[in-house]
Amino acid sequence: MRLKFTLDNIFKVAAGIVAASAVVILLLNAYILISGSTIVLNRYGLDFITGTNWNPVTGRESFGVLPYILGTIVTSGIALLIGVPLSLGIAIFLVEMAPKAVRVPISYLVELLAAVPSVIFGLWGIFFLRFWILDYIEKPVNAYLGWIPIFSGTPQGLDIFTAGVILAIMIIPTVASVSKEVINAVPNSIREGAYSIGATKWEVIRHWVLSYGRSGIFGAVILGLGRAVGETMAVTMVIGNAVGPSAMPTSLFAPGQTLPSLIANGFLESPTPLEKSAYIGAGLVLLALSLLINVAAHTMVTRLIKVKGGTVE
Amino acid sequence: MFHGYKFRKFQNKLFYFLCLLCVVIAVVPLASILLEVIIRGAPVLSINFLTADGLHGGIGPAIQGTLILIGLTCLIGVPVGVLSGVYLAEYGNNKYASSMRSINDVLTQVPSIVIGITAFSVIVIGVTGSFSPLAGAIALSFMMIPIIARTTEESLKLVPNSVREASLALGVHKWRTTLSIVLASARGGLVTGTLLAVARIAGETAPILLTILGNSYFFQGFNAPMDALPLRIFLNSRLPSPDAQALAWGAALILILMVLSLNIIVRLASRGRLKR
Repeated sequence: MRLKFTLDNIFKVAAGIVAASAVVILLLNAYILISGSTIVLNRYGLDFITGTNWNPVTGRESFGVLPYILGTIVTSGIALLIGVPLSLGIAIFLVEMAPKAVRVPISYLVELLAAVPSVIFGLWGIFFLRFWILDYIEKPVNAYLGWIPIFSGTPQGLDIFTAGVILAIMIIPTVASVSKEVINAVPNSIREGAYSIGATKWEVIRHWVLSYGRSGIFGAVILGLGRAVGETMAVTMVIGNAVGPSAMPTSLFAPGQTLPSLIANGFLESPTPLEKSAYIGAGLVLLALSLLINVAAHTMVTRLIKVKGGTVE
Repeated sequence: MFHGYKFRKFQNKLFYFLCLLCVVIAVVPLASILLEVIIRGAPVLSINFLTADGLHGGIGPAIQGTLILIGLTCLIGVPVGVLSGVYLAEYGNNKYASSMRSINDVLTQVPSIVIGITAFSVIVIGVTGSFSPLAGAIALSFMMIPIIARTTEESLKLVPNSVREASLALGVHKWRTTLSIVLASARGGLVTGTLLAVARIAGETAPILLTILGNSYFFQGFNAPMDALPLRIFLNSRLPSPDAQALAWGAALILILMVLSLNIIVRLASRGRLKR
């Protein structure tokens, strides 16, 4: 094809170039993180991933992000354990059970939850949820089950468990809305076939609808996981911000730290290039983790439905 | 596989109530957040609170900063996002476009703190040499561009082909058709998409924490730190004094009013259009 310099072609090419802005931004992020973390990666190599110390004192520097990787995984795990069953319940209720009149208002309320800024979740977490969790969950569980290591310690309310609960609330809109689309996409003939052999609604959903949509629902869960892993402010405000070996998530009721909260807390206060580089390295690990999760989710979900980017709508 | 009929009926009822319970449990935090923000934030509100600077017990600089950030971010994000969306919708039937579309989706999922690090390294260190509203706006526009590109693409696809054909049949060039006819027909969708994106970035804290730093004074130029509502909430929540914390709740009330009213406006405006 011969390209002519008509206005039409110029416009098309210009729009095509602008459409590549997402790639440019993504590559810029990757480049900045990789080049910014070379100092720390050259100096510590793999120890940066497996180390547990975080000591910026000159002469005794030591940086390792293992506790924060584990902290990210544990808090996101709690978020999924609590958030996914709730989201599935909501999605099933909205598609299969709710009367038409309440469907729209309820799904709108759930979407509003996604609109609340994360810093407000954090504020609510520090001054309200923290005390509620401390009095009604952590103290009783600690009193009776404190001998189990993950429930040990002296609960303060600002810890890994509270962070997990906040994350669980924050991922509900994402997981619920994608699961809703997935369940909606299950053909009605499947349901009709099941009802016609005498199954109850619960049996139809459990044995037919959910198993038909399982790869899509799995994708919804991973999308929620991606949201939980990258969430910064709410977690930073309630997780207690432990640093170094004490940040290893050994007990749910002890202060911890995730990769994003580590960066939010310390990045600006780091004076030396080595320490700054260590924070950027933590960002690189975080980016790799979240890209991995989202690519997995994307392939899962798009098999069944066309998923919308993020949780915009 | 199946039990007696009575048990199955009971199981079915139980399941119904469990699902209903899930909905209730999800709505409780939303209600609690709104309630707490109103109860703790409303007593602080006054003219002085809204207009005075940080030294006189007000959040004026934060409100001003958030508005400046929104304006600057839209200045960068809307043209780039809309043009990307135009390409994806009008010329998007090829491999290049579909890979751009996937990468756009990936970009929406990049953790915001990572974008903050990038904007800090590129703009704060490399260009302005100090914390700057520009760095904050660029970080936020990195989050806004993929959102706008996606909503633009979707609203342009809703424009019927007959509209394009009518314009082309009159001898109007394709680029002119796209800009003057297609974009104009889809303007409602573009506006709601932009409002949603604004609602989303207005509450973002992590990227601006690393780029505009916070400031007790009103706007001091593009080479100086600036304040913003979400940032003020975060910084004040960490101060021990009850007065400072009360200020954070007041700022939270203003921010949540802003974000929720944007969402509700969008919902009301698009109700007729999106009805299935």
